[in-house]
Amino acid sequence: MAMKINASQCSACGACEFECPNAAISMKGDAYAIKASACTECDGDEPKCTAVCPVDGCIVKA
Amino acid sequence: MSSNVIPLSSILAKRPDRAVDAKPAGGCSSSSCGSSKGQGEMPDHVWNKIKDHPCYSEEAHHYFARMHVAVAPACNIQCNYCNRKYDCSNESRPGVTSERMTPEQAARKVVAVANKVPQLSVLGIAGPGDSMFDALKTFETFRQVEKLLPDLKFCVSTNGLALPDHVDRLADHNIDHVTVTINMVDPEIGTAIYPWIYFKGKRYTGLDASKILHERQMESLERLKGKDILVKVNSVMIPGVNDAHLMEVNAAIKERGAFLHNVMPLISDPAHGTHFGLTGQRGPTPSELKTLQDQLAGGANLMRHCRQCRADAVGMLGEDLSQDFTMDKIGDEVVYDPEPRRLYREVVERERADHRQAAEVARADLAATIPAAPAKLVAIATKGGGRINQHFGHASEFQVYEVDAAGVRFVGHRKVENYCQGGWGDEDVLEDKVIPILAGLDAVFVSKIGSCPKKDLARAGIAAVDAYPFEYIETAIASWYAETFGVAEQDFA
Repeated sequence: MAMKINASQCSACGACEFECPNAAISMKGDAYAIKASACTECDGDEPKCTAVCPVDGCIVKA
Repeated sequence: MSSNVIPLSSILAKRPDRAVDAKPAGGCSSSSCGSSKGQGEMPDHVWNKIKDHPCYSEEAHHYFARMHVAVAPACNIQCNYCNRKYDCSNESRPGVTSERMTPEQAARKVVAVANKVPQLSVLGIAGPGDSMFDALKTFETFRQVEKLLPDLKFCVSTNGLALPDHVDRLADHNIDHVTVTINMVDPEIGTAIYPWIYFKGKRYTGLDASKILHERQMESLERLKGKDILVKVNSVMIPGVNDAHLMEVNAAIKERGAFLHNVMPLISDPAHGTHFGLTGQRGPTPSELKTLQDQLAGGANLMRHCRQCRADAVGMLGEDLSQDFTMDKIGDEVVYDPEPRRLYREVVERERADHRQAAEVARADLAATIPAAPAKLVAIATKGGGRINQHFGHASEFQVYEVDAAGVRFVGHRKVENYCQGGWGDEDVLEDKVIPILAGLDAVFVSKIGSCPKKDLARAGIAAVDAYPFEYIETAIASWYAETFGVAEQDFA
């Protein structure tokens, strides 16, 4: 149970890193990536990373 | 890059031949003649804050340069005219940048630019996301830069959604002005512009999104006013969506203390991949834009010299040296030399006083022309300094002025393709890309022009005027106009 960033869609703006309540998101190469072991999908709320991401379909359930 | 940077010598070029009389033109105080060149009707405390800022003061944009550092990539709203995935070094428009940087890199870049461009007076953070949503990086950049260049002014540009939370912190820095982009004061209209916003940990869509954004934008204006920070409002003119509504926006922002309203045309090239671009929403024509700006002229002061520049632009308005200052061209260690900027400021102080006197003389000349003579639109090729100092073939934009017996007024600029490449003029570019852009103008003032383009322009009904090289813009236009329309008979009775 974790979210996943589609690297080809990521614009590397960093908004999701800033918003993640679990500090599960960091820069990896040219794009951001989510550390699956730290992600809780925001425990049933709308995931903050998906809510802030400017690119539709970039952050999805893994 | 040397060809782009304006040397001191270019603004100190030949003095005008005519004697300049320091006495103001009779009966016409500088506050009532409608020229937006200088202080005009602005109160002193406002003028002192903007007089060296190229984006705010039309006069300053002849003398001072700005730079943007792209330290704030994250944004909290989606606008239908923006697609931040798109990045191209040939594109010049807001939200676009080729290089994202850390606050440390930004500070090094500022020093490198200040050493080479003495005109630098302002550091702006305009994105490519939102400077106040990505506030940690914005404030860290200010902290690092003010240690090195304490006299540099800062400014930020924001959508206003996160701004109310940061007004107190902004006031702690060397910030005199903030730009807030406000496209509507009616959330119903907002739904056609903003598909969603992200606010306090949650995504909002539809009317809810626009309502929150609107309330926060109005709160931003009021809180900034409370801190005595000047506010400029940017509005994107979107035909059929908010064009008729911008009159209401103008009234609402003026009521909340905004001192300047900048109406910009929508940029909606489908190739940029924005929602408006892909759905065929068109931008306004230059005449639609001018009509709206003229209607708004009675409200908050309007600016017409905005170039809608990139989030990493460097240099005088209308030029962009950002490609000369990419991080790979800036060393790891850079040392700031304050001397060039200090000297430049001294020169500009003298030059500005001189320029103002010349403009007064020009105004007096015009007042003596036939009052019923038609207004003329003229284009100027200039590299800055308020003078006609650029060759026709080297101009990539022309500044447009309107002139009649009431005076010389700046009305905007037109960008053209540079037709002279390496000493050879490309006739096709001239015919297809330059002359159509200049259509409707009566004359083009240049420091120099070849005989072929001169003839081509004449065929299109545009006079090429090269009789006033290195003169002040107002002096040249007024002399030309007075020669064309003669001097009214004076009644000495």
